[in-house]
Amino acid sequence: MGRTKIEIKGLNFFYKDKQAIRGLNIEIPENEITAVFGPANSGITTLLRTLNRLSDLIYGTRVEGEILLDGKNIFGADVSVTELRQRVGMVFDVPTPLPMSIYDNIALGHRMAKRPKAQINEKVETALKMAALWDEVKDRLHTPAARLSGGQQQRLCIARVLALEPEVILLDRPCSALDPVSTSKIEESLSRIKDRYTIVIAPHTVQQAGRIAGRAAFMLMGELIEYGDTSDVLTNPKDQRTSDYVTGRFG
Amino acid sequence: MKNMKEKLSGRIFLAVALSTLSALAVITVFIFIKGLPIIGKVGVLDFVFGMKWAPSEGAFGIFPMIVGSVAVTLGAVIIGVPVALCCSVFLAEFAPVWMRNLFRPAIQLLAGIPSVVYGFWGVIFIVPFIRDYLGGPGLSILAGSVILAIMILPTIISISEVSILALPRYYKEGALALGLTHWQTIRSLLVPAAKSGIVAAVILGIGRAIGETMAVIMVLGNAVALPESILDPVRTLTTNIGIEMGYASGEHQEALFATGVVLFIIIMILNATAQYIVRRKRAR
Amino acid sequence: MRLDSKTAEKFAKAIIWSAALLVIAVLLAVIIYILAKGVPEISWDFLSQIPRSMGRSGGISSTIIGTLLVTLVAVAVATPFGIGTAFYLTEYTREGKITRVIRFSAESLAGIPSIVYGLFGFIFFVIYLKLGWSILSGGLTLAIMILPTIIRTTEEAILAVPYMYREVGFSLGGTRWQTITRAVFPSALPGIANGIILSIGRCVAETAAVILTAGSALQMPESLFSPARTMAVHFYILAREGISMENAFGTAALLIILIFIINVVFNMLVNRFVAKGR
Repeated sequence: MGRTKIEIKGLNFFYKDKQAIRGLNIEIPENEITAVFGPANSGITTLLRTLNRLSDLIYGTRVEGEILLDGKNIFGADVSVTELRQRVGMVFDVPTPLPMSIYDNIALGHRMAKRPKAQINEKVETALKMAALWDEVKDRLHTPAARLSGGQQQRLCIARVLALEPEVILLDRPCSALDPVSTSKIEESLSRIKDRYTIVIAPHTVQQAGRIAGRAAFMLMGELIEYGDTSDVLTNPKDQRTSDYVTGRFG
Repeated sequence: MKNMKEKLSGRIFLAVALSTLSALAVITVFIFIKGLPIIGKVGVLDFVFGMKWAPSEGAFGIFPMIVGSVAVTLGAVIIGVPVALCCSVFLAEFAPVWMRNLFRPAIQLLAGIPSVVYGFWGVIFIVPFIRDYLGGPGLSILAGSVILAIMILPTIISISEVSILALPRYYKEGALALGLTHWQTIRSLLVPAAKSGIVAAVILGIGRAIGETMAVIMVLGNAVALPESILDPVRTLTTNIGIEMGYASGEHQEALFATGVVLFIIIMILNATAQYIVRRKRAR
Repeated sequence: MRLDSKTAEKFAKAIIWSAALLVIAVLLAVIIYILAKGVPEISWDFLSQIPRSMGRSGGISSTIIGTLLVTLVAVAVATPFGIGTAFYLTEYTREGKITRVIRFSAESLAGIPSIVYGLFGFIFFVIYLKLGWSILSGGLTLAIMILPTIIRTTEEAILAVPYMYREVGFSLGGTRWQTITRAVFPSALPGIANGIILSIGRCVAETAAVILTAGSALQMPESLFSPARTMAVHFYILAREGISMENAFGTAALLIILIFIINVVFNMLVNRFVAKGR
């Protein structure tokens, strides 16, 4: 395992009185794909949203513990949330193109970060190429993004995040609404770019974790049950609960 | 830097939002400041229940106008609410889609016509009709009620229709499946279920009727006396202000403001009631 | 006497249909009568000349300008305050004491009769702020009157925008202000425009509040501080004082046509708004 990009220490997360994450300790390596999987309501989505502090938007949440990004706590008082979110990008479970052109969607992050206009064209092209969408849309960059197919829209959302040149990419069940062909295109892109980013993905099936993730973490009811190399966790789990979930005894 | 701009924009929005509150506050304060003194001078009971309104003699009793407002509004409700209810039921349950799409803009247009135009039309058609066929000078409570009924139709129709359409589909389907006829379903299930929305609509309509000035100023006859029948001319609180404001001064003017205060209070109570009913419905 | 259900059904249907037809008949009666008598009066002279001898002759150009300016002032002032308030209520706070109080204020403002607005406008803008009878006094009074409508329609438009849009904005590192202006506002714009157009209609039709604040001077207004007469006020004075029935009809017809056009634009916008795929 390489250098640690994100270190989570003793994380407890509360929605008012309900505790969604219990005592989570985990180190996420740089330049690898780490999958966090488990049944619904295990706190996986909560975890992802805490990593880019999107959880701040919900009223009545409470966080205990630390999340260190490159050694610095993201909940520190002097941390700029907007900058954090530029470094830690997120792709949601449903494709969410904004009602504007493909180009404007990708450029949005840059425009909000007030980065120089001259570079934007180049960044848009690079991002779309990395997301394997460039060839399909290069002639219609200024048409509405809503006209793309579901799979294309999700790749658009990935490109949108890539355009900001983040360090970490969070993906929350990105392929759950997509057909197998689109799914494999996306998995392929992620595998291709993983050397340059730290990717944390909540797969919608255990098999997806097996296909692309180097490390896998199994969460159940807010607790981390098992964590290690994907092949070990999936084929030789140490904990009975992991084994039961992976083999489909419950889900 | 971004944080500072963020906080500033939040504060600006708050200030803007509070302006709505301050507008209401300012209106209330000024109307009351101008109107309360004379109520104090004349005495609340004498002002509200006084039978004589003769500013030149210093008599400021608005009871005849209160009766006028109540009578005209009551008439408008009696005439208008049944028609409006039938129309909203029509729109929600009976009209084919093409008709619904014609009707709705028509109702909007009805709502947009200036009230003075209604008043004028009333003078030309309704007043002579009443005079020739029912007696009296034509300028009467009845004329005012008819015009006001027409004017509150759009309000009641649109809100009631929305209330009926908002009912879950299974209400109607369940009733029909049990063998009720369409009309029975409407009468005994849908309308009662939409009751709170309909009542809120009616209260809003009443509020509009009481507050209306220009439409009725031309058809009411404006006699400052207690009416004895619906064929008698009358003044309402609003028309009293509308007619005399142009030339009133001193105590007279203050008395008109005081009339405004009374109106204001009545409307506030009505609106609070309507809001309360809507909120109760939402809480269910 | 109990009617059997079938007869009751027929009877009820008959009454309901007649009620609906009655309403249409009334609408047509009013509109057709005014248009029939008024449209012949509308000529280029009518539109371009100012009224002479108290409105007995001449045209109504100054009243057209008066209506336009008063409406313009009202909308220009009410729109930023209305939209700002709506955004504050939906995007910047949760439901709580402050929002309830603000909402109560807005709904109360909506219920106040226009004559009371006239009284207020008179005592506050004309007298207290020493603006005198002027377009400014009239416009500012109407601005407060249409504020609740703009707030309500803007709020509905904002709430119709999917929540995900905001999440996307934030997750790309946007501040609240940026997320609102770039991700929410453009989608809400058609709905907001609707509310503004609706309010324009109300301003054009308003008489009681205007006559007490903008006055009834017949000359062409020279600035926002000049008194002015709007078409609705002009119609009222002509009709009530019996000055000129022809001109009254002409003014009324023009008003109705104007309101009709405003409604048509409103409906066109609504349809496009719906067609955008809500």
